[in-house]
Amino acid sequence: MAALAALLSPTAPSGASATQPLSPTSIFAPVSTPADSIFELSLFVLAVTAAIFVTVFGLLLYAVVRFRRKTNDDGTEPPQVYGSYEVELAWTIIPVLIVVALFLATARMIASTQHPAKPRNALDVVVIGHQYWWEYRYPAFDVVTANELHVPVSDAADPAPTFLTLLSADTDHSFWVPRLAGKTDLIPNHPNSMWIDPHETGLYLGQCAQYCGTQHAKMLLRVYVDSREDFDRWIEAQRRPAQADGAVARGRDVFETTACVNCHAVAGTAAGGRFGPDLTHFMSRDTIAAGAAANTPENLRLWIRNPDTLKPGSLMPAMNLSDADVNAVADYLESLR
Amino acid sequence: MTTASIPWMQSDVARRPLVERLHDWVTTVDHKRLGILYVVYALVLLVVAGIEAAIMRIQLMAPHNDFVSPQVFNRMFTMHGTTMIFFVAMPLVFGFANYLVPLMIGARDMAFPRLNAFSFWLTAFGGVLLHFSFLGGSGLYGAGTAPDVGWFAYAPLTAKTFSPGHSTDYWTLALLVSGFGSIGTAINILTTILCLRCPGMTLGRMPLFAWLSLTMAGLVILAVSPLSAAQMMLLVDRYLGGHFFDTQAGGSAVIWMHFFWVFGHPEVYVLVIPAFAVVSEIIPVFSRKPIFGYPVMVAATVCIGFISMSVWAHHMFTVGMSPAANGFFVLSTMAIAVPTGIKIFNWLATMWGGTIQFRTPMLFCTGFLFQFLIGGLTGVMLACAPFDWQLGGSYFLVAHFHYVIVGAILFALFGGFYYWFPKVSGRMCSETLGKLHFWLFLIGFHLTFDCMHVPGILGMPRRIYTYEPGRGWDAWNLWVTIGVVFQGLGTLVFVGNLVWSYFEGDRAGSDPWDAWTLEWSTESPPPVYNFAALPVVRSRRPLWDLKHPEDPDWKYEQ
Repeated sequence: MAALAALLSPTAPSGASATQPLSPTSIFAPVSTPADSIFELSLFVLAVTAAIFVTVFGLLLYAVVRFRRKTNDDGTEPPQVYGSYEVELAWTIIPVLIVVALFLATARMIASTQHPAKPRNALDVVVIGHQYWWEYRYPAFDVVTANELHVPVSDAADPAPTFLTLLSADTDHSFWVPRLAGKTDLIPNHPNSMWIDPHETGLYLGQCAQYCGTQHAKMLLRVYVDSREDFDRWIEAQRRPAQADGAVARGRDVFETTACVNCHAVAGTAAGGRFGPDLTHFMSRDTIAAGAAANTPENLRLWIRNPDTLKPGSLMPAMNLSDADVNAVADYLESLR
Repeated sequence: MTTASIPWMQSDVARRPLVERLHDWVTTVDHKRLGILYVVYALVLLVVAGIEAAIMRIQLMAPHNDFVSPQVFNRMFTMHGTTMIFFVAMPLVFGFANYLVPLMIGARDMAFPRLNAFSFWLTAFGGVLLHFSFLGGSGLYGAGTAPDVGWFAYAPLTAKTFSPGHSTDYWTLALLVSGFGSIGTAINILTTILCLRCPGMTLGRMPLFAWLSLTMAGLVILAVSPLSAAQMMLLVDRYLGGHFFDTQAGGSAVIWMHFFWVFGHPEVYVLVIPAFAVVSEIIPVFSRKPIFGYPVMVAATVCIGFISMSVWAHHMFTVGMSPAANGFFVLSTMAIAVPTGIKIFNWLATMWGGTIQFRTPMLFCTGFLFQFLIGGLTGVMLACAPFDWQLGGSYFLVAHFHYVIVGAILFALFGGFYYWFPKVSGRMCSETLGKLHFWLFLIGFHLTFDCMHVPGILGMPRRIYTYEPGRGWDAWNLWVTIGVVFQGLGTLVFVGNLVWSYFEGDRAGSDPWDAWTLEWSTESPPPVYNFAALPVVRSRRPLWDLKHPEDPDWKYEQ
């Protein structure tokens, strides 16, 4: 029971810090209205089904113990009972009532959460799922980034919800950050939308929840909920052209004269590929390869040399660069802030 | 007819050469032999698909494990799902129905014996074709060209663009071929039940097993046909430039989901209704009481059959349907809980006031009741669309449907094995080994699938070959994997028990359980013609009437 209580409580038992949930992806630690509503509905549904379970389980256990054949059984058959319409009627009507109650609660929650009118001050973000990474576009700011989504924190007095338009560039994907909202699929030719209004700053994790191909497992989601000031600062930084000083000219040269530019874009340069993640502000990201590894110099070089060792099945090919070229490209990317 | 012409019966006549006996099996049109072929075939593939599951569980027992590559893992879960549904569960329920339905309704064979044989061999060919894919391309160790698009094969992952080569074609053709076989078998079962019942066997006097098989057969015809249509459309997309599901050319991925789940959800009931059928035969006999509320049980089953055709889009709560559509499928899905609940209460009422003998078949049926209760309740939770937005597609969902498919369906069918083995082989199964099997499997099952709920709640999606540490999933995944070891041991004991008992078990006689339906009135194993003289029945329990002439059932039945 203690384990169950620990699971059900939004935060870990004493000892851990109060805001630290049992798991960074637990659905029982919601921090956004859609996730909050689902959590409340889940508790109601859990309570109802638990009550049914205890009742029926108890009856079954009683029957198994009470009516098992005794060792001194003389072999006479028990009374032959063929049925009873009164009893059958009772155990038809009661479940019908329970189902109606559950349905009404569910319908109410669907009506209040799915497709609400979009407030004027909502932040618009277009999310595009790719095999195996996420593209984020902020149309109001002309900002394109990848894999790490930044949104402002919202509060009841001054709501700042984020509306996500969900598109897919190739196969089906699903956007799932359990502490912020339930999942919504990204389906080609079938735009979807969802909204979040996280009321606590922090990093929220999730991942693609619809099988999308070989590297479905490492299509990780990172949502940074920033304070309003931090968010403004971040978006300003993203709008500025990336710095690339003269010291890394060789790396930039390699980047722009090999196939890298077919897939990757760096704003303000000749690189305009859209197949892979936009690298304009590469060093503003904590991770590479859609969250598969930390953005460290070693990982970056490993990744450029042979992406398959870090993320087998990734669609980025090994370019067979010399060690000098790998270093030069990495130096160039590390200058993009 | 002399026993010499029925060489597979236990007899003193010298056995014929192996080649001749094999030839007899391959060319047989006898419903009992075809039933056995289905079941043996399903058991072989149960072991294969179990090994595939074990490979997945070894890979997932720790974060960042590299036991297999992502592609091999994806092939394993595709093959595991496809095999378990189409080449284990379906053949098992067809095997049981094939063997038992004619015996239970007092018929000499199925309505179309040669169609029956043809259907089996189509199914068998489908499974062989599917597994043949392991040998192509990079061979067995790299898992060959086995399909890797999931058993649901969502578009557009199956389009030529995203699935080059032939792996998806193996999946499509294997299911298309076995689908034709399934439809043939269903037509056969339906016709047999409607046309070949013995004198006095009105629809209202059929054993519940026959009623439930009738419902199952109807569902197969209605569900497998759209699947076959979808397979053909997929082939047109891949080879003739069709654009049904090819989103790169403007096709619709959502249409594929509708086609697939219009099949996929009734399919769940195609499998679970025969499990209900087995339980409805075993519980009365071991409780020594007639089934409680026979007419209500029949009505509830038919009701489940109908409602199950209108719930498919609960698999699609996350694809962005309108709130109204979501609401409809929430209601229809929850509604199915009502007739299902009625059935559970009626089984319980059948046990109530009886003298329950916990022989192995009854043990498995009791396990079925407990586990189906939990699987059903988590199903009601997932029917709440918002709950599904969080936990659909997570390990919670995987736990839920394994509770139904393993905890309920497989447990019931295990019970059925122990119950009818004496009829089929003429020998009793070992009770000791049977109980060992039960307890090993029960422990393994709960370790595996109870623990699986938790990582789902903690945000673990399904179909990932590895995961990050620090998410609170590690320990649970390890327990899940340990449970698999117990289930594997249980399965070994089960197969060992069948083989040992076939040669060494005690002679069963025609009616070892003191049961009441017609199959127990003929010899064990039954002769090819089933009944020397066709029986005449006056009630739902013809053998009770024979054994209790002073107090026959027909006095009480309306």
